[in-house]
Amino acid sequence: MALDSKQVLDTREFKVVGTRVLRPDGVDKVTGKARFGADITAPGMLVGLVLRSPHAHAKIKSIDTSAAEAMDGVHAVVTAADFPNIELDDFTADVRDNCLAGAKALYDGHAVAAVAASSNHIAKKALKAIKVDYEVLDHVTDVDEAIKPGAPVLHEGGGNESVPEGSSPNIMARYEFGHGDIEAGLKKADRVLERSYKTEATHQGYIEPHACLATMGPDGQADLWCCTQGHYMVRNTCAAILGLDQGQLRVTASEIGGGFGGKTTVFLEPVAMMLAKKSSRPVKMVMTRSEVLRATGPTASSSVDIRIGMTKDGRITAAAAELRYQGGAYAGSPVEFGAMSAFAPYDLENVQTIGWDVVTNRPKQAAYRAPGAPMAAFAVESAIDELAKGLGLDPLEVRLKNAAREGTVASYGPTYPAIGLEATLRTAKDHPHWTAPLGENQGRGVACGFWFNFGGDTCVSLNITPDGTVTVSEGNPDIGGSRASMSMMAAEELGIPYEKVRTIVADTGSLGQNEVTDGSRVTFAVGLATIEAARAAKREMCKRAAMVWGIEPEAVEWKDGAAHPAGPNAGTHPPMSLAEIAEIASNTGGPIAGHHEANPEGAGVSFATHMVDTEVDPETGAVKILRYTVFQDAGKAVHPDYVEGQFQGGAVQGIGWALNEEYIYGEDGVLQNAGFLDYRIPVASDLPMIDTVILEIPNPGHPYGVRGVGETSIVPPLAAIANSVSAASGVRMTDLPMSPPKVLKAIQDQ
Amino acid sequence: MSKIHVTTKINGDPTEFLCEPDETLLDVLRDRLGMTGSKEGCGTGDCGACSVTVNGRLVCSCLVLGAEADGVEVATIEGMADGDQLHPLQRKFIEHAALQCGICTPGILVAAKSLLETNPNPTEEETRYWLAGNLCRCTGYDKIIRAVMEAGKEMREAS
Repeated sequence: MALDSKQVLDTREFKVVGTRVLRPDGVDKVTGKARFGADITAPGMLVGLVLRSPHAHAKIKSIDTSAAEAMDGVHAVVTAADFPNIELDDFTADVRDNCLAGAKALYDGHAVAAVAASSNHIAKKALKAIKVDYEVLDHVTDVDEAIKPGAPVLHEGGGNESVPEGSSPNIMARYEFGHGDIEAGLKKADRVLERSYKTEATHQGYIEPHACLATMGPDGQADLWCCTQGHYMVRNTCAAILGLDQGQLRVTASEIGGGFGGKTTVFLEPVAMMLAKKSSRPVKMVMTRSEVLRATGPTASSSVDIRIGMTKDGRITAAAAELRYQGGAYAGSPVEFGAMSAFAPYDLENVQTIGWDVVTNRPKQAAYRAPGAPMAAFAVESAIDELAKGLGLDPLEVRLKNAAREGTVASYGPTYPAIGLEATLRTAKDHPHWTAPLGENQGRGVACGFWFNFGGDTCVSLNITPDGTVTVSEGNPDIGGSRASMSMMAAEELGIPYEKVRTIVADTGSLGQNEVTDGSRVTFAVGLATIEAARAAKREMCKRAAMVWGIEPEAVEWKDGAAHPAGPNAGTHPPMSLAEIAEIASNTGGPIAGHHEANPEGAGVSFATHMVDTEVDPETGAVKILRYTVFQDAGKAVHPDYVEGQFQGGAVQGIGWALNEEYIYGEDGVLQNAGFLDYRIPVASDLPMIDTVILEIPNPGHPYGVRGVGETSIVPPLAAIANSVSAASGVRMTDLPMSPPKVLKAIQDQ
Repeated sequence: MSKIHVTTKINGDPTEFLCEPDETLLDVLRDRLGMTGSKEGCGTGDCGACSVTVNGRLVCSCLVLGAEADGVEVATIEGMADGDQLHPLQRKFIEHAALQCGICTPGILVAAKSLLETNPNPTEEETRYWLAGNLCRCTGYDKIIRAVMEAGKEMREAS
């Protein structure tokens, strides 16, 4: 099913794009040769380790590093006091404080000091020799508790100008979106549902822990190797924190062992650089899994109140949501995206969302695949399902009746161009999954999801080699096959075979600024820049052919990998292939290349509908996923295998979020499940095959119609599964994860 | 703390090393022998990224001491291909796009090879349970399971 289920709705003919070529990094990755963050060494390298706070909230009265510094084999110890005294913007200042705590340790696991030593053993001993004098403070880890009067305060006066006077000091920002009149709309409804929902924090769960290797000379030149979603971001952030020129710091991205948003910031890198500077030795740092769970990521936990009114025939008359997300110890939970995306799939006359950004004593949240959207969609899509069922209506029909279409004014402001939500719903309705029979204790659920997608600063350099092959340099770590996609788009545009193109991820010394690999932007934005770079090279090659033929460049056209004379005055020259033009480039003006730099607008929004069957064991409350189908608009699927892979991976992360994964804090504010045994992500035996249906409604903002596909797929699963569990068990689950004890209790309480 | 002298065979190569008494086989492979194909995802035996075989038995090398490698035969991802001839599992993983980031891939390949040696014709369910100790966060396992079963089919047909 998944392998030949693509539905093509556009008519453009592609030769390379849309095929399932082999990825260029495949052999290295199946043979163990690929080098990830921790797979590199440097001569004279030291081991860097971090000392972390055992307290959820504590004033750091003093740190005595003298005993550690005196140990043989210890070459440097750093604390926040070693950061150069530089005025930073609020965002970067928070990143710095998160890398090494300043006045207070704000969560269990917060870094307070770091050492560099000649061996792992010595570094561990040195950490034990550091004496930190803490004054333990009261803490809070729950989002609703954090905004109650009298809750422990993390940052006095930390809220920005959007926060109304008199609000909890743990509220950092307030957001509001919408249009129309909610109360008037609700009056027109035949039924109004008011319901509250909660989701627990989940970690991105990439299998590769954070790792880096830093060198820094006394001349101010520095090199950094690290696993990151954006080495240009790493460069800029480290340069700002350490007071370096961006041009003097060269960052090379390793192969990256998963990120899902969690590697869009820095944790170790500035610390490793300070240790390298202080010790005058290369310093390698690698996190343990426990450190990853305690101190990086996760996403926000949420608490959401919904009010939706619906007529008897399923039209939504008004929809309102109030969202509270805690994003850990610093401002910046993804509640703004939650508030923008909550009702994005629907065409609504009256809609309002209010988002509150709350801080608690938890690790600083990092982006996680469609940050903020899954929790909002869980609440909204569960409420719509409950309303539809209560009115005896088909949940897909209700969604179709209210679906956003071309011309719909989105709840967050813009008017949509061509979008694919309706296509995903209609395809879902026609799919055999929708009418397949169900057994006892089994149920089916559906839900929709939305993500914005993004463009961002992008540079691509495309070079024609003397033998007529092509190299593409791009600045975005390849996290799921993008080198293959870029080579495919370059080959398509140049009219040459895929095998004649090789794409590399270039270091920060090789290209201009590149936004991180996030926002499902790479295939769209880097693809667009690759196509434009190829077009620039084609223009130059046409010029060279024109020179050889003695005609005007305008009388030359490029097709099928060669320059052809075109038009009435061009003459009858035989075509010159790319290789022929490359061979004589030296004599026609020198090497040939194309490049493109842009911040492209026009990233088409993306919609999906998910359908899932579950079986609920009434004896244990365990939920089994029986069947799962993803329907999503990809704009144009450049490499269908990897589009399917994104759909499947996102769905399964959503399954984990819905059923198992959660951050569990003890009364002491210490994370209780900082390991993969107790923080349980889905394993192969938990799952069926994940069927996919790729829809292709071309994005007008991309030359080939490409939309980002990576994030939307994690938005619908939470609600789709909750709706399925509700159908299977008769209980409506409003609190994630739907772990067996919770489901069992709900069944017993009904 | 004095080091322990270990004589072993890794992917058929006679190998000697010195290691600390508390050093894991994974640390030895990665940090002493430069064999970084085995990955550390957790260090507690929960993720399977460090899977190797010891005398043919599938283990997490993060749960085996380096000293325990004395006198045994260790097989890692680095020994899976025969020169430039990829193992059918390696080929099928590339053909079926069974990897995205690739960090779990070496461990999953070692575990899958062990499965097919134990059970050349596994059902989908048997494959899923055998690989339940190998975490992958990117793929949702769909294409991995297909690739393993396809490789098994090809190997059965070839033998």
